[in-house]
Amino acid sequence: MLAFLLKRTANAVFVMLAVALLAFVIFRFFGDPVEMMVNEQATLQDRIDLRERLGLNDGFLTQYTRFVTNAVQGDFGISYRNQQDVMVLIQERFPATLELVLVATLISLVVGIPAGVVTAIYRDSKLANMLQLGSIVGVSLPSFVVGIMLILAFSVTLGWLPAFGRGETVDIGWWSTGLLTPSGRAALLLPAISLSTFQVTLVMRLVRAEMLETLRADYIKFARARGVPARRVHWRHALRNCLMPVITLTGMQIGNLIAFALVTETVFQWPGMGMLFIQAVTFVDLPVMAAYLLIVSFIFVALNTLVDITYAWVDPRLRDDSARGKG
Amino acid sequence: MKLRHLMLASAAVVALTGTAQAENVLKWGANRDIGSLDPYSFGDSFTINVLNHVYEGLVRYDRDLKIEPALAESWEILDDQITWRFKLRQGVTFHNGNPFTAEDVVASLTRVSHETSPLKGNLPAYVSAAVVDDHTVDITLNGTYPLLLNDLTNIHIFDAEWLTENDALLPTDVGAGTEGYATYNANGTGPFIVESRQPDARTVFVANPDWWDEAQHNLDRIELTPVNSAATRVAALLSGEIDFTNDAPVQDLPRLEAAPEVEVLEGVDLRTVMIGFPFRETLTTGEPNPFRDKAVREALYQAIDLDLIQQKVMRGKSRTAGATVAPQIPGYVEELDVLPVHDPDAAKAILAEAGVPKGLEFEFNCLSDGLVNEEQFCQAIASMWSRIGLAPKLDVAPRAVQSPKRTNAKTDIYTLGWATLPLLDSYSPLLQIFHSKDGNAGVFNWGGWSYPELDALVDEAGQELDVEARLALQTQALQIVKDEVIMIPLHQQPMAWAVTQDVAEMPLFPDAKPRLWFARMGGES
Repeated sequence: MLAFLLKRTANAVFVMLAVALLAFVIFRFFGDPVEMMVNEQATLQDRIDLRERLGLNDGFLTQYTRFVTNAVQGDFGISYRNQQDVMVLIQERFPATLELVLVATLISLVVGIPAGVVTAIYRDSKLANMLQLGSIVGVSLPSFVVGIMLILAFSVTLGWLPAFGRGETVDIGWWSTGLLTPSGRAALLLPAISLSTFQVTLVMRLVRAEMLETLRADYIKFARARGVPARRVHWRHALRNCLMPVITLTGMQIGNLIAFALVTETVFQWPGMGMLFIQAVTFVDLPVMAAYLLIVSFIFVALNTLVDITYAWVDPRLRDDSARGKG
Repeated sequence: MKLRHLMLASAAVVALTGTAQAENVLKWGANRDIGSLDPYSFGDSFTINVLNHVYEGLVRYDRDLKIEPALAESWEILDDQITWRFKLRQGVTFHNGNPFTAEDVVASLTRVSHETSPLKGNLPAYVSAAVVDDHTVDITLNGTYPLLLNDLTNIHIFDAEWLTENDALLPTDVGAGTEGYATYNANGTGPFIVESRQPDARTVFVANPDWWDEAQHNLDRIELTPVNSAATRVAALLSGEIDFTNDAPVQDLPRLEAAPEVEVLEGVDLRTVMIGFPFRETLTTGEPNPFRDKAVREALYQAIDLDLIQQKVMRGKSRTAGATVAPQIPGYVEELDVLPVHDPDAAKAILAEAGVPKGLEFEFNCLSDGLVNEEQFCQAIASMWSRIGLAPKLDVAPRAVQSPKRTNAKTDIYTLGWATLPLLDSYSPLLQIFHSKDGNAGVFNWGGWSYPELDALVDEAGQELDVEARLALQTQALQIVKDEVIMIPLHQQPMAWAVTQDVAEMPLFPDAKPRLWFARMGGES
């Protein structure tokens, strides 16, 4: 087990280094931050000096080593545009993104699971067909289109919900939350729905497939034969056995949602990490771009590693496989 | 009974006055956020423009964009011709209550011209500043220089005591990895005080009751919210979540105009859109460069159908330009503003005569996030040039990607928009674009041309204190630009703001800078 743990962690570290390298190579060809930092009146010499001070003239390896050494210590430098510590900037934005992602996940479970069960039980009913059709729409519509349509319907036409922003927030320590104020909750609704559309259909389809499988199992037949009410059979015995893969998927998808939130955040001007990244790209704010990429991939890698380790812990066969693969 | 009526009536009166006294809150939806609260931290004109509501300069532009006294009451040039003496306004206080004195001016000028300041180019002639007495300050320059006042409109004055207390006398330095107090806090003399700021979400300003000048606005609060997505900005305006945007997307103007609760304010920007030529020996393909020949440049100019671009690409909203500066800019004269005759056949003949090979390939560098409809007018021009037998390779990408190519001569023909800000004078493009590359001059001379005659005129103008004589020199220089077709002027681009009906007055300025100290809301009785 210890060997497996070490191996898995080493893998993760290697992936992170590769991501850092990739991010770095991309940025080398991305553009020149100096052109964005100075204004029209700066002289050529000013520009050269600034480039030198930022260390952009150093060799590739020097820059990469410096970047990794600092990043390991949690120091991503100062944002060119905001002149603030990048870690602080990201720390300020992280609660907004995470709240959005968690609420979107919640919506996807609350809507997706019942819809999946219904479509599995009443397979050819009108309701099931409509839900199936709706899920195709949900999968195919890009989330920015969903977002803009929601804004048009609920903000412009009906005037019920705000079109952008996060509303009033309350600070609890360094965590800022919009869940405690009415305007914060109202502002959260549209972005969360728009972010969850894809996820809802994913959960629904997964639950449906699992349910269809489970409903054919012997113990369900037995329960039915024993006269257990259908409601209880479906929602309790069958559904429970379908939930394991749903939970795994949801956990893994959180990383995805954090990355996808970028689009939703842009549409709704949600002050999260994705918004920060988009702005950084516009202004060639290299420290922020690098930090964002590293942190998001860190979340991905950490979630994956965690899931792998948990699986290995639960199921010893996986451990053996990996040991054999090594030998 | 009577008493009860009276009470009801008075209650109604109270309620009415209550409404009349409701705060005038202007909700401003900008297309992006300011970078920080420190105007000296990043060379970004939007940040400086917004912070001008909080910080002020020694002088400022009035409603007609003429320079008028602000924190300085008067000024004179001393006998040595290089020292300017400013008499400062008395009785001005900063938002924290500190009085405004000569010390503050010296500290601010030192800070902005410090070697790590990204804005030191904004004071090109500055050498030093010295306190004469509490309300007099001397600014020494590196020579006679006529445009100091224009430069000073954009140099915001900080409180020296506040800077010292908070260890913020030096500008923030990204290279050294230091943060600054002024990035998060603001303390100016201006008409508005920063109440709170959440980056990318909201920055709130409240009216300064102790402002030294008589307020022409009637705002109590300004809430600045960035709304990057154009569609969301339009939606927010239509649903009344914002009252004002200084960037109404061109493609949505018809829709906004059709909405009864929204008013679109349209104008023509000062920014002149131009096309620049390479003057190097060879093109990026390695072929000899035909654009060194003036006749070829003229042919390319003639090949462009300016009317078509104005009507179709710019939807009739731009102003076709013959000169490289807008009519409002000092130095402009009507004689400069002559348009060529559109004649592709003549252009073809000129190219043949000049020996330009058929199907000559060259790069045409445009920005996808630069000027209004830039991608479209670049495509139009590229096809017009194809029609006269050239093969331009259109290269459209974001500014961040294109800038290095342009400055490092990795491209041939390129676009450039120049608004002459913050000087608002034709000296600005003459020095920065048309002068040969030399020290401070010709930073945007990407094509690498050199006209000694033009350089001499610009250098002379840069030392001429007499306004008329200086403008005459600049006009002469602009004439050379025109005659030699160094760059092709296309148009001044359209600009559009939009307000809801709650806003009674919002003056639109051709320099595209919102000056909300002139704004009025209709809420007041």
